[in-house]
Amino acid sequence: MTVSHRRPILSVLLACALLAACSPAPAPQTATPQGIDINDPFEAQNRRVHAFNKGLDARVIAPVANRLRGSGERAPRDPDAPIGPLQMVINAGRNLSLPVKSVNGLLQGRPRDAGANLTRFAVNSTVGLGGIFDPATDSFGLSERDTDFGETLAVWGVPEGAYLELPVLGPSTQRDAVGQVVDLLIDPLYHLLDGREAGAVFGLRVASKAGDRARFGDTVDGILRGSADSYAQTRLIWLMNRRHDLGESGDDYDPYDDAQVLDPYEN
Amino acid sequence: MRTDRRGFLGLIACVGVAAVLPWRPAHALDANGAHALIDRSLEEVYQVINSGQPAAQMYQQFEAIFARYADVDVIARSALGPAARQADAAEFAAYRQAFQGYVGRKYGARFREFIGSRIEVTGARPLKSFFAVTSVAHLNGRAPMEVEWHVSNRSGQDLYFNIIIEGVNMLASERAEIGAMLARERGSLPALTAALQQAG
Repeated sequence: MTVSHRRPILSVLLACALLAACSPAPAPQTATPQGIDINDPFEAQNRRVHAFNKGLDARVIAPVANRLRGSGERAPRDPDAPIGPLQMVINAGRNLSLPVKSVNGLLQGRPRDAGANLTRFAVNSTVGLGGIFDPATDSFGLSERDTDFGETLAVWGVPEGAYLELPVLGPSTQRDAVGQVVDLLIDPLYHLLDGREAGAVFGLRVASKAGDRARFGDTVDGILRGSADSYAQTRLIWLMNRRHDLGESGDDYDPYDDAQVLDPYEN
Repeated sequence: MRTDRRGFLGLIACVGVAAVLPWRPAHALDANGAHALIDRSLEEVYQVINSGQPAAQMYQQFEAIFARYADVDVIARSALGPAARQADAAEFAAYRQAFQGYVGRKYGARFREFIGSRIEVTGARPLKSFFAVTSVAHLNGRAPMEVEWHVSNRSGQDLYFNIIIEGVNMLASERAEIGAMLARERGSLPALTAALQQAG
């Protein structure tokens, strides 16, 4: 598949995502007692997708992840010891995500972040042997500035929209779903590479995400299988974390002033 | 008369001792105190993590550390929600005990992923009626994570009541979790307590 063939497909995807984002959501905004707003008008549909994702995780992703992890990667590692194959895949995939993160940094008016990501990409792609190793962090203290087009939209003042759980991709919002599609469209790598190379890049990035799942599987398993309502728990944790990353967290909660749980006359 | 005099002398002695003891104004918590509390708590947690004991023993010790440094009462109340105010005292006490064990096991299992890591306490600042202690968790092969601890003296002691990891607030997620469990037990607190004893 060449780049020019792919664009129409992506454009259709983008149009769908935009439609989803613009569709008038009834938006019954509810808030947790800790002041975390939850806007989930598509909850019934989201719960169906969640059940599908949970099944997929149990039957496909977790077994593969556990096998990958079986090679001793799970044990605590001496930071000076050589990294294993799993970490190499994670590193290489993450490295390939840096150009589009750099573009987003520019779109957000954060040239320093854009520069840091681009420098990382240059150092790790060469000295780090195609991004398998991370000399940018280890030798130059240059860590990744994680970002995406969802964050760019947030910086531009686009509201978060409703909560969505997407098939395979997992938790998102209307704003972030649009961001995920736009990230594919504006990724310089897909514009510079031909179809086969672009496919390889995409594959490696998916493998990297799967590797992350393998490494931090205990946490994911705990939420998906150990929780009384894994849908609600995933939604809450994801929203809190995402809003924290985007600087959109709400007010801090003080349980000592929560008359719902403490009798104010008791103290 | 003798007993009276002895009583009086005893009273004088007490006043003398009290005067010598450093007088503590009604638990004046400051940033340094909050910072020190989290330092001590983390030191104990890492001692357990690095002890290489069987998991079950580690979870018991995490529970003990949690009970020592956290305001278990307010955390358990907040997690239970409005039902906490209606609960019978004995039922609530049993729930609180079960909740404490559940936290020790649930978060204990997570702490095992922290082997070989370190958490650096970076500062403390006043926030509302309490203090926020900031720290950074350095885990192998992962970007440093922000961990914030909220410390209050409103229980009468300096204790932490919330942990926020990269924006994920422990009180909020436990309120959702315990709420879902309580709904599953059709609102029965003793049934929730029994379920918590198995969970985590």
